[in-house]
Amino acid sequence: MGKKKEIDDRFKKFGTKSFTLTSKVNDFIDYLEKEKVMGTKCKDCNINFFPPRADCASCLKSDLEWFDATNDTGELVTFSKMKYGPIGFEKDLPYTIALVDFGDYKIFGRIGKNIADKDIQIGMKMKVKVNKLDNDRINYIFEKI
Amino acid sequence: MRKVAIAEACMTRFGKHEKTSLELFTEIGLTTINRAGLYPRDIQALFLGNCLGGFGEGQAHMAPFVHSAMGLPMSSPAMRFECACATATVAIRNAALLVGAGVYDIVLAGGVEKTTNLSTSLATRTFAMASHAQYETPVGITFPGVFAMAAHMYADKYNIPLIELKKHMAEVAVKNHYYGSKNLKAHFQKEITVNDVLSGIMVADPLQLLDCCPFSDGASAVLITTEEKAKKITKKPIYIAGMGQASAGGLYVQQDITKAMARKTASKQAYLEAGIKPSDIDVCELHDCFTIAEIIAIEALGFFKAGKGYDAATKRHTYIGGKVAINTSGGLKAKGHPIGATGAAQVTEIVEQLRDEAGKRQVEGAKIGFVDTMGGDFGTVCNIILTA
Ligand SMILES: [Zn+2]
Repeated sequence: MGKKKEIDDRFKKFGTKSFTLTSKVNDFIDYLEKEKVMGTKCKDCNINFFPPRADCASCLKSDLEWFDATNDTGELVTFSKMKYGPIGFEKDLPYTIALVDFGDYKIFGRIGKNIADKDIQIGMKMKVKVNKLDNDRINYIFEKI
Repeated sequence: MRKVAIAEACMTRFGKHEKTSLELFTEIGLTTINRAGLYPRDIQALFLGNCLGGFGEGQAHMAPFVHSAMGLPMSSPAMRFECACATATVAIRNAALLVGAGVYDIVLAGGVEKTTNLSTSLATRTFAMASHAQYETPVGITFPGVFAMAAHMYADKYNIPLIELKKHMAEVAVKNHYYGSKNLKAHFQKEITVNDVLSGIMVADPLQLLDCCPFSDGASAVLITTEEKAKKITKKPIYIAGMGQASAGGLYVQQDITKAMARKTASKQAYLEAGIKPSDIDVCELHDCFTIAEIIAIEALGFFKAGKGYDAATKRHTYIGGKVAINTSGGLKAKGHPIGATGAAQVTEIVEQLRDEAGKRQVEGAKIGFVDTMGGDFGTVCNIILTA
């Protein structure tokens, strides 16, 4: 029997519960650990993808590079404060899910718990930021500017 | 393309069942064949919709087992369809396409689901599996959450105070429970009030418990055939006048979740093929998984202008006798939502309406009906226009 092959299952630490273990864009997780929320940009077409893609549907090539979304400013499209979650998310409740529009791309995620409900307004300017969770897990959240 | 007809359509009672999915669909499939005066040997293909069989009952690959339990011929293939909540409508559309193309003459299509055997939090997770697993699931997305976001966005976009929008949303639940109370097959056959809705527990702000459809068990089957054969089977064949289906990706690639562009695209195909316009529709079964979902749908389907559909139930425009009768079965909201069966049950309601067999909830003189089913977080929309 040969040596057991290491599986690059970095994606399993994304968010509260991830069914995805391995992916073509595993480096997304390494960047999160370096405080960067990265999407991919097609070098030929100049199209930004978030979440990151490994293949461009416009030129059909796979020549993409990473860009840092934490530099960009977006606007809150909509949100909802969840009182019930799927199994595995009990400890997080309540949490507020949201969609933020950065122009070239939109990001679906959570609003930081430090923002009071009354301060959440559709259209408000927001940035995306890395957020460390318990048990060495990691995600990103939206913060007010 | 040949003209395609529905010769028969049946559904089980929706609610809680002790039977397996396999047994539920077999029972309703055989009922449908029997009512049409046919035999299992006459069925040339089985298109079976099912979503959760794998993790709910440990039963993937359900179709061939149903096929054998129904005694269908070995040469008649059976296969499963899955498009989240739009599953059965997609199965029916594909059956109609193949009958239209001349590949088959008689196909049994429909679906089945069992969800009440799962705990609420497990059911919530399994339903949420129809979202993007890599990027939406780890955030803790749920379908109430998606439609709650649509409600916040709708209120903001059209400048309607949320508290006012919520009252009109509650009126959608009141209407659909009212019709559910007249449907012996409905999961909920009890009328409710606006106050009942507004005093329920909060699920995903601003959606409260009675803004949401229930988890249900049930099955429904539809017999799709040619015009010629349908006329031999029944005195009241119902014709498929137009169909459409469209797809979209995750929430983050969608243009506007208050408009559901996949629905606009699918319904445009259906209207074009049928050569009719929204104002011609007498009765419509649409995807009211949440109260706000009905408001969004009546606008995207062209019954009301964008931003003007929110008070349609309050003004009784969507009741029988109003502008267009919406969800006379009670909708997903009251009739129930066994996801893989839902679309076939919507078709069943329209067939009953166009045959003047809907009893206490009959739309007088209904000639043209519309079916709208939406899967996942606006990822699939399938529409079918039926005529008497
Ligand atoms: Zn490209």
